Amino acid sequence: MDKIRNMSRESRSNFITYGMVIIAYAIMQALASMHAISSSMTGLLVPITAYICMAISLNLVVGVSGELSLGHAGFMSVGAFTGVVAASALAGAIESTMLRLLLSIVIAGVAAAVAGILIGIPVMRLRGDYLAIVTLAFGEIIKNLLNNLYVGLDARGLHFSMTDTASLGMDGGKVLVNGPQGAVGFPMISTFTAGFLLVMFTLIVVQNLINSRSGRAIKAVRDNRIAAESVGIDTTKYRLMAFVVSAALAGMAGALYAQNYTAIVPKKFDFNTSILILVFVVLGGMGNIRGGIISAALLTILPEKLRFIGDYRMLMYAIVLILVMLFSNNAQVRMQIEALRHRISHRVDDQLDAQAAKGGDAR
Amino acid sequence: MTRDEGTYKAQSEHAAKTETRHEGTYRAQAERAAGKGAPEHRHNRQRTKMVAPPNDYLVPERDALLTPVLECRHLGIDFGGLKAVEDLNLMVGKTEIAGLIGPNGAGKTTVFNLLTKVYQPTRGTILLDGQDTAGMDTARVSREGIARTFQNIRLFDSLTVEDNVKIGLHNQVECGMWSGIFRAPRYWLSEQEFHRRALELLDVFNMADNADDIAGSLPYGAQRRLEIVRALATNPKLLLLDEPAAGMNPVETEELMDNIVKIRDDFQIAVLLIEHDMDLVMGICEGIVVLNFGKVIAKGTPEEIQANPQVVEAYLGKQE
Repeated sequence: MDKIRNMSRESRSNFITYGMVIIAYAIMQALASMHAISSSMTGLLVPITAYICMAISLNLVVGVSGELSLGHAGFMSVGAFTGVVAASALAGAIESTMLRLLLSIVIAGVAAAVAGILIGIPVMRLRGDYLAIVTLAFGEIIKNLLNNLYVGLDARGLHFSMTDTASLGMDGGKVLVNGPQGAVGFPMISTFTAGFLLVMFTLIVVQNLINSRSGRAIKAVRDNRIAAESVGIDTTKYRLMAFVVSAALAGMAGALYAQNYTAIVPKKFDFNTSILILVFVVLGGMGNIRGGIISAALLTILPEKLRFIGDYRMLMYAIVLILVMLFSNNAQVRMQIEALRHRISHRVDDQLDAQAAKGGDAR
Repeated sequence: MTRDEGTYKAQSEHAAKTETRHEGTYRAQAERAAGKGAPEHRHNRQRTKMVAPPNDYLVPERDALLTPVLECRHLGIDFGGLKAVEDLNLMVGKTEIAGLIGPNGAGKTTVFNLLTKVYQPTRGTILLDGQDTAGMDTARVSREGIARTFQNIRLFDSLTVEDNVKIGLHNQVECGMWSGIFRAPRYWLSEQEFHRRALELLDVFNMADNADDIAGSLPYGAQRRLEIVRALATNPKLLLLDEPAAGMNPVETEELMDNIVKIRDDFQIAVLLIEHDMDLVMGICEGIVVLNFGKVIAKGTPEEIQANPQVVEAYLGKQE
């Protein structure tokens, strides 16, 4: 108990987030094993975890580093296609699908990090609206590059081309990525447990980064760039750090997401997906990791649950979004929530005090 | 660079300047010396009288033999056609508390921005502890030992008081990104160090009790003090304070004066401050530089400055 009391506010909040994710996983897993959830829900489990990872990683850029990035889906697609190609290339060498998934996710993360560095170097020269516009453009560039990417696998290894399948120069083998038709016919190896583990990994990386020396520097640059420079912080380095870590985590989520299906097209990761992820972050509260997780999960489920009203479902979706935005920005609602939170945290403190006192008596 | 070398360099530079100014005369002399003129003149050349060039640097006696923490030579910056600062020569001793005063718009904050490389100077040199800072950026200058506060407070508003100081300590304690992400032993050691040193520094201003407060929610005076603590955390050689007493009541100002002297004594650093509160300036500054329209109009001790008619004129206008 003493240990909990001595924990800083941040780490207590971190552990609440971990606990929330673990409990949600346990409940869903239990329900799934009892066949208590519909098959459409079961199909959503992995996408939900992937979107949660995307929301957490984008929060690092938008909420913590304070830059509006509109091309996050681009890094997801880099990860998705790299993951699919890596998993297929490793299929012969590694029997275990779990290990293959893990390796493909790691390779996807590295590839997306490289993309993040390449894009980050020019982008980090800009700020504010200009940065947002350029990230948007890079997201589209990535999509168009992947639209023209052809990858084949035969006995001699991997073949790449940017023109067509014929120029791959394959003898036999299989075309893994076929331009605008995307990647087809790869095995579905993502599982809900893998998704849960990736969410935990993403959470740990982001929360640990935020509460470290580097994270403080990132937040310092967000709060006041001039003051950060004046205390000797290399602002470009830390903005780039947040951007690249975020890109790597998005790539990992992309690999997980893609391998939940048997086919994936570059068009899936367009501007709309970037905005969708941004909506998760904004709705959950910028910089609020837990809020981002909840909104990513709910907003992924919502369109499915609204299917019964047919054509009106996207309309409803938009109305729900607007209502949530209005309410979460309403001063009165905010005060009420703040007061409630205050009361709860005091009650916890009182309980801890009472328990500490009891412990003292017993001795 | 030793003090002697510095002086020598200054002298030789001065000589070089004089040479260009009197080029004609010197060339004639040189030609004569080279034997172009009458050869008999070579043996009875005129004996040149060598003198120390005039320089108006002032430092406290105790710092006179130490490398000055700051030396500006002919420092200047133009904004378009406006010469915001012109030909500023300034020396701050190793442990001096110096004041930079002048009417509004005189260019005081611009001087601070030049020293911290927020602006790159158009002309002149800045030597920090004998080292030229040409080509450095703001972050680098901070690492080399100049810390500052801002006229309009610039704290990390959404972070706690302790985090603000920890960010000031950024370059004092090492812990890389990977150690942070994977919570390596290095991380825990460094965090302990961060915490200990942050509280130690906050204690200087008796702010350790406010460590968990959000910086933006502090009262104005406390925010000013926190900015000084954050600047101190970077382990500077020279602390630049831009109007530290602005918005403070007389009691707080009194306390601040004691604290500035205490900081100088405890940390053995130099302080250069801009201030409009003349009680503070005359109370603690050892040397004072007065700036008007970007130019130095007076230098000296508080007594000399108070008695200087030019200074009085700059502040109050010409007497009829």
